[in-house]
Amino acid sequence: MILLFEQLLNGLQYGVTLFLLAAGLTLIFGIMGVINLAHGAFYMVGAFAGAWVSIQTGSFWGGLLAGLAASAIVGIVVELGVMRRLYARDHLDQVLATFALILIFNQSTVLIFGRQPLFTSLPEVFSGSIEIIPGLPYPTFRLFVIAVGLAVAVGLYLLINKTRIGMLVRAGASNRQMVRALGVNIQGLYTAIFGLGALLAGLAGVMASPIVSVQVGMGDEIILATFVVVVIGGVGSVKGAFVAGIVLGMCDTMLRAFLPGLLQQAMPGPEAQALGVGISSMGIYLMMALVLLVRPRGLFAAQG
Amino acid sequence: MKREHIILAAVFVVLALVPFAAELTGQASWTRLVGQALIYGMAAASLNFILGYGGMVSFGHAAFFGIGGYVVGIMYHHFDAGTAFLGLIPGTDQMLITLPAAILIAGLAAALVGAMSLRTGGVQFIMITLAFAQMFFFLFISLKTYGGEDGIMVRRTNSLPGLNMRDKATLYWVVLGLAAAYYLFLRRLVQSSFGQIIAGIRQNERRMAAMGISTYRYKLYAFVLSGMGAGLAGALMVNFLRFASPDMMHWSRSGELMIMVILGGVGTLAGPFIGAGVLFTLETTLARYTEHWMLPVGIILLLVVMTSKGGLMALLRRLGGKG
Amino acid sequence: MTHVLEISGLLKTFGGLTATDHVSLTVDTGEIHALIGPNGAGKSTLINQICGEITPNAGQIHLAGRDITRLPPADRVALGLGRTFQITSLLDDMTVRENLGLAVQAREGGNFRIFDRAAKRAEIWDEVATILKDSALGDRADVTVADLAHGEKKQLELAMALSQRPRLLLLDEPMAGLGHVESQQMIEALLAARGECAMLLVEHDMEAVFALADRISVLVYGRIIAAGNADDIRANPTVREAYLGEEEA
Repeated sequence: MILLFEQLLNGLQYGVTLFLLAAGLTLIFGIMGVINLAHGAFYMVGAFAGAWVSIQTGSFWGGLLAGLAASAIVGIVVELGVMRRLYARDHLDQVLATFALILIFNQSTVLIFGRQPLFTSLPEVFSGSIEIIPGLPYPTFRLFVIAVGLAVAVGLYLLINKTRIGMLVRAGASNRQMVRALGVNIQGLYTAIFGLGALLAGLAGVMASPIVSVQVGMGDEIILATFVVVVIGGVGSVKGAFVAGIVLGMCDTMLRAFLPGLLQQAMPGPEAQALGVGISSMGIYLMMALVLLVRPRGLFAAQG
Repeated sequence: MKREHIILAAVFVVLALVPFAAELTGQASWTRLVGQALIYGMAAASLNFILGYGGMVSFGHAAFFGIGGYVVGIMYHHFDAGTAFLGLIPGTDQMLITLPAAILIAGLAAALVGAMSLRTGGVQFIMITLAFAQMFFFLFISLKTYGGEDGIMVRRTNSLPGLNMRDKATLYWVVLGLAAAYYLFLRRLVQSSFGQIIAGIRQNERRMAAMGISTYRYKLYAFVLSGMGAGLAGALMVNFLRFASPDMMHWSRSGELMIMVILGGVGTLAGPFIGAGVLFTLETTLARYTEHWMLPVGIILLLVVMTSKGGLMALLRRLGGKG
Repeated sequence: MTHVLEISGLLKTFGGLTATDHVSLTVDTGEIHALIGPNGAGKSTLINQICGEITPNAGQIHLAGRDITRLPPADRVALGLGRTFQITSLLDDMTVRENLGLAVQAREGGNFRIFDRAAKRAEIWDEVATILKDSALGDRADVTVADLAHGEKKQLELAMALSQRPRLLLLDEPMAGLGHVESQQMIEALLAARGECAMLLVEHDMEAVFALADRISVLVYGRIIAAGNADDIRANPTVREAYLGEEEA
């Protein structure tokens, strides 16, 4: 029971990470209509910049700032240099150009930091754990990650529903032409949204850096899960990204934690282990296939 | 028309001479490299049929490539061990059985994936094909019997009656023959009645429906044909490299196949082969000089996508038209 | 029964909005039945329900006595339903000839053949040549559709729809965007085709409607408020108030 609760929290923590990545991606997707496979690169940039600065300075908070700044800047540069030319292209060109960006980012990171993973230490405040329920001490840092993720969710909700920028974003997600017709500085809006998306991805990277190993290719693994979240949630819907992110994060974590054990009761150990890991890795993709079969545009599709 | 035939024949002759050239110059790796490029070219060409001619952007095509490969690997595994697949089907190392089996199984897998994926469109189609490919990828990783992550070694290339398939050059010529046959098949396919319907669907699906065409059925048939081609290519690749692994269906492999198509020229017959040749040569050449070969490949790819329309085929045509 | 098309009690709502409110109408063999009404009256929704792109909440659609209410669009075409689009919808990268060829091929069948040569199917290209000879597009046969003028695209759409040999042709504003001369051409083309099939004509151009229609139904706010021949409609006070009057004002 305690184990279950702990895994649920782990799932929640993974879920908010997915949400941080998916929120930016779904906005970029929904508003600019561009598929950005390289969104995971901003996650990696944030993690590397954060980890490196925090190792150099010994300050987690310095690293956090550096990670946010680096990912936002890289995001804006990518938007100005590459993405801007892709908005009018078809999905195929977008997939390929951003696939090329992945190669470029990964290899550049290898050139700068090498192939060895970076390890960061936690700041003093977060190094301990809190006993949430009797018998379950849970790492403070993971709770902090969950809190940050939820805070961003609330912040985005307010931004989108209560501000003028948010109004444009909502209008843009459902009707691009209309926003153009409103005479808004579209270029500026696009750059800002792209930068915000990159910043959120970088935040996710910094938050993940003490938990997962910071290494080249870390963005590639999580970006596929992020795409699944975006598509299940419905392209352009931040609400969908939140719901799908949390649900998928939890399901994925639970499957990985418990499925191999369950299978071991039915078949020999090593094979059960391999099969369990395999099936749990398939889990989110299976969910996406099922959701799309019932709702071809995702759960909370913004466009009609 | 005539000119096209001459060019095709000339290219075929040059390719057929590769093993001799390799022997004369002492560059034994040429045969291997060109053979692999031809096989990737087949896989890319099969993708191009749905992507370029049919407008279906599948991001999971490597799955069928890998499945075709695994059919050869699994049949060899059972042949070698003297066991039977699921206790029913005995293994074999006969290419006349393994290749059709690979084509058939890949086609079945494509029918399954296509039947579900084609209910969506646009971004959702791209992502759901990717999702199915990932499922196959993890499925094969979890099959410990067939090597799990490590894949299956095929110690000997499948045999063909009357040929010494252990000879590298013979195997190469078999690959070349099949690649040429596949090229001619695709050439016929895009000119056929079915090919016309598919081209119509790419341009305007609603119009085709208004002409009484149940577009779903046609797209599914195209998807299956395309998956079969990728299965054939995968089966050849496993024979060529004597190794089948889950890496064959990794999502970045699907991306690479798309790159080959774009690089060569979407919706052209020769484009995917040219794209495969160029990308594969680029990768192997750069890899010889630097371990960071992915960086220049990425930059070149980005430049090609950003600046050119129609890939290398368009470039060749422009040069050919002027010269 | 000589109804080619029989619609009864067709209801379609979007959220709180009723787009077609229990619409019933018939089109008889050889008849041109015009459907008129102000913008937003539900004409396009009705057309799309007949074509099968929208499924009605209630009611039936019969084509030549067969219930097609739930059939997918392509199956309705096979049963003899043809259409043109309000905004022309063609294969823009192909030539006029290729567009017609594909339309004829779609009807002729053999569409799953993968080893033949579409360009060598004489039965198709002979028919296309005949169609072109009789049409205003004869000298534009090898022009790519994207390069055609608007009026020519409308003509091509009509020719493609007729090449399907439909029992019933749905015409969704065939005059839209046409100049006076082009409109006259279109009216002539439709008059020439009236022997081939029945037509349900949705149109704003009243001159064309009065020139073509045997019967006219008036759709306002999703309801048919009047039906009859041209004189009935001209004289109908409700129509004048609800529709014609509006236009003159």
